[in-house]
Order: sequence, then structure tokens, then C-alpha cells
Amino acid sequence: MNIGQNMSSPLLKIENLHKSFGALEVLRGVDLTVSKGEVVSLIGSSGSGKTTSLRCVNLLEDYDDGVVAIDGEQIGYQTGNGNRIRRSEKEIAAQRSMTGMVFQQFNLFPHISALDNVTLGLIKVKKLGKVEATAVAERWLERVGLIDHRNHFPSQMSGGQQQRVAIARAIAMSPKLMLFDEVTSALDPELVSEVLNVIQDLATEGMTMLLVTHEMQFAHEVSNKVVFMHEGKIVEEGPPKIIFKNPETRRLAEFLKRSKF
Amino acid sequence: MDIKYFLSEAWIARSALFEGMLSTLEISLIAILVGSLLGVFVGLLLTYGNIYLRFLIRIYTDFLRGTPVFVLILACFYILSIIGIQLNAFQAGVFALTLFCSSHVGEIFRGALLAIPVGQTEASKSIGLTFRQTFFSVLLPQALRQILPTWVNTATEIVKASTLLSIIGVAELLLSAQQIISRNFLSLEFYFFVGFLYFLINYSIEKLGRYFERKVAIPS
Repeated sequence: MNIGQNMSSPLLKIENLHKSFGALEVLRGVDLTVSKGEVVSLIGSSGSGKTTSLRCVNLLEDYDDGVVAIDGEQIGYQTGNGNRIRRSEKEIAAQRSMTGMVFQQFNLFPHISALDNVTLGLIKVKKLGKVEATAVAERWLERVGLIDHRNHFPSQMSGGQQQRVAIARAIAMSPKLMLFDEVTSALDPELVSEVLNVIQDLATEGMTMLLVTHEMQFAHEVSNKVVFMHEGKIVEEGPPKIIFKNPETRRLAEFLKRSKF
Repeated sequence: MDIKYFLSEAWIARSALFEGMLSTLEISLIAILVGSLLGVFVGLLLTYGNIYLRFLIRIYTDFLRGTPVFVLILACFYILSIIGIQLNAFQAGVFALTLFCSSHVGEIFRGALLAIPVGQTEASKSIGLTFRQTFFSVLLPQALRQILPTWVNTATEIVKASTLLSIIGVAELLLSAQQIISRNFLSLEFYFFVGFLYFLINYSIEKLGRYFERKVAIPS
């Protein structure tokens, strides 16, 4: 697959990212760029900092040092008089809508229907009218194959269906970048493929995506670039063919062996 | 028990009983509504306020919940007038019950907010909702569903606690009954009767609560 032709403009730029939880330093200088149209997978054992890196991109985690920038705009902070100043909650909320995120646990709003889950952000954040928001939401529910479930509540759907609604909810906001955080880990094995197919579809269309995944086969098929993290740092990155077939470092080789790839 | 005599006495006292009943309903309604609104605010601050605010509100709720309602009513009636706030008995009583209600609703609302998985807030943030939007569209609707049964319980407690206002001379249902009894000495009959009226009020509240529970239940 070759969809990332326009590799020149970095859409996401992460530089020297540091983050600690108390005494535990989970990110120790992460540098990563994602160009427009690129699909980048983060792999590595648990505790390596993949999910934390992803969560710093939309500021679900504050980062301690370094820069996360989307389209050249620093996320969450700005520099004034040489100091790093946290942006206002309102600015941060606006910045967050530049990215869409899909979670491991789906996190659909349980008290509203599938359709309302998708329209909520369109109405409240994008300020679309109800009719217009419904049209957009229905288009995306159609795309993920759930238009018939538009009036179902999350509790009335399977995990795979909920996750597809969650994808529709995120992407309906027309984000510049989609973040996927181990989106198939909470699913029964037979439901994994229906979710991966939707992601694969989006990749084919040129959606820029950053994925944290344990599905090595999928990472191999869908990504332009695979990034291996270990102990808060990027150890190796490159095209999937190289990363999976000819790992340079022993750590990655060991990880792939354990992942049974 | 002479039923006929009781009925004729009850008929004579009908307007006093009716007034008393109205007064009880009015006191309870104001205390429950204002107290609950205040309680939502209290719960919100207890959960999301900064550390100083949380500390202050914690003192407020713990103090109010740890004090007998009776003492609270007396305090509002006697102590507030000493510091220059002149409330009549009705106002002081309603004020005390409102504070009492707010502290209880605050605490159960806090519990409900904490029970909502953190993923709900994160999902809201991820689509760009502000905290205010998240609260009103995501957290509040879920928390209200959660507190409904406990809230109904608190509402019935308030109705029962409204009888204590008779001590400071508010002519609610119980005091009205006592005044009637002091004229005709039918204590057993009239206490039973007003007891039944209180039961009717609380039974209606519970039924109404159940109705709303069913109405807002999330289909599964």
C-alpha cells in the first residue's frame, strides 16, 4: 500500500517528549513525526510508553517537557517570555477537536443512542444544526455498517459494534489526525476483524492515523511506518517490511519473537 | 373509637387540616427543590473544586449531616436572629430543611459523579467538549439517573422532617392536628389520620420516583 505520497509536511511533530507519573518516568525523550496521509503504528511491550505518547497528543495527559505540535501549532502549551504556559481550557478543547480518538474500552455515552453519540460533538463543538449533524452522523454510521443501529443504545450493541460507533463518533468531527489506542484489545477475537476492516478502509482513503496496537499482523498490513518503543524511548522505526522482517536491535527481535509474529 | 364523631370533628376541622397539609407540601417542595439544586452544586464542588473549595464544602456537608435536623431548625430560628438575620418561623424552618437537603443531595451526587467511569470524561474531551458541555451533556444525565432512588429517599426524609417545624410554631400538618386535638381530645384518631396523610404524600413521591426511573431507564 502506498498512500502517504505527501510525506513532506509533518502533520504531527513530537519532539523530546518527557512525562513522569510521580517518580516513574514513562516518556524519556520521544521524537516522532507523522506526515499527512501517513499511518504510523506504535508497538512495544506494556509500560513502554506507547499509550502515554498517544494520550499526550490530545492532552489527555499533560506532558512535562518537549513539544507536541499539530500543523505547527503546539498542543496544550504556548511559550511566552521563555516560559511554558498552559493554554486555557477552552483553547485546549478546541485543539483537541483537531484529533479524533478511539479508546480500548469504546467509552460510548451509555445514556444516548448511537446516532446521538455521533451528533453530540457535531452539535456542541462544530455547532452544526440538528438536521445537518444527523446527516453527517448517518453518513458515518452507514460507512461503519451500522445505520440500522442508529437508534440503539450502546448496551444493546456488541463490543465490535460499539467500537465502530466510537470510530464514527471520532471521525465525524473531521479530525486532521486519528488516534487509536489498542482499539481491539477489549474485543472478543471474532469481533476484531470488523473493527480492523473499518480502520483499514480509512487508511486506504488517506486518513492520517497514529495507532497503538498489539495486532502485529494488522500493523504490518496497514502502516507506512512502525515505531517500536521500549522504556519510554523509541528504539527503532521504519517501514513495516524492515521492522518486522529485519529488526536491527536485539530488543525488537525479542519483542517480535514474544509477540509470535 | 366513635367513627361518626371523629368524622364530624374532622369535617369541622377540614380547613385547618387542609391548610396544614398545604403548608407541609409547600415547605417540603421548596426545601427539596432548592436543596437539590444547591446539592448538585455542592456535589460538583466536592468532586471538581480546588482543594480549598473542597475543604470548605466538606466542612459544610459534614457539619450539616452530622447535626440533628431538629438542632438545625432551632439554630436557624434562634441563632440567625441574634446575628441580625430576621427570619420568621416558616422561613427559618424551610431554610434549615433546605440546608439539610443540600448536604445530603450533595453527598449522593458526589458519589454518583465518582461512579461514572473516567473514560466518559476522556471521550468527551477527545471530541472537543469543554468541561461545562461535558457536565451538562454527559455527566449530569448519567449521575441524575444514578441518584434517583436515593434522592427519592431523601425527599421523603424531608417530608418527615418537616413535622419538626411544629416546634417553632409553623402550622404545618402535625401542628394543625395537635391544635385540633387540643379542642376535641381525639388524639388517637387524629394522629392516625395525619399519619396516614404523611404516608400518602411519601407514597406518592415514591410512586412518582419509580415512574421517572422507568421513564429515563437506559434500554438494554
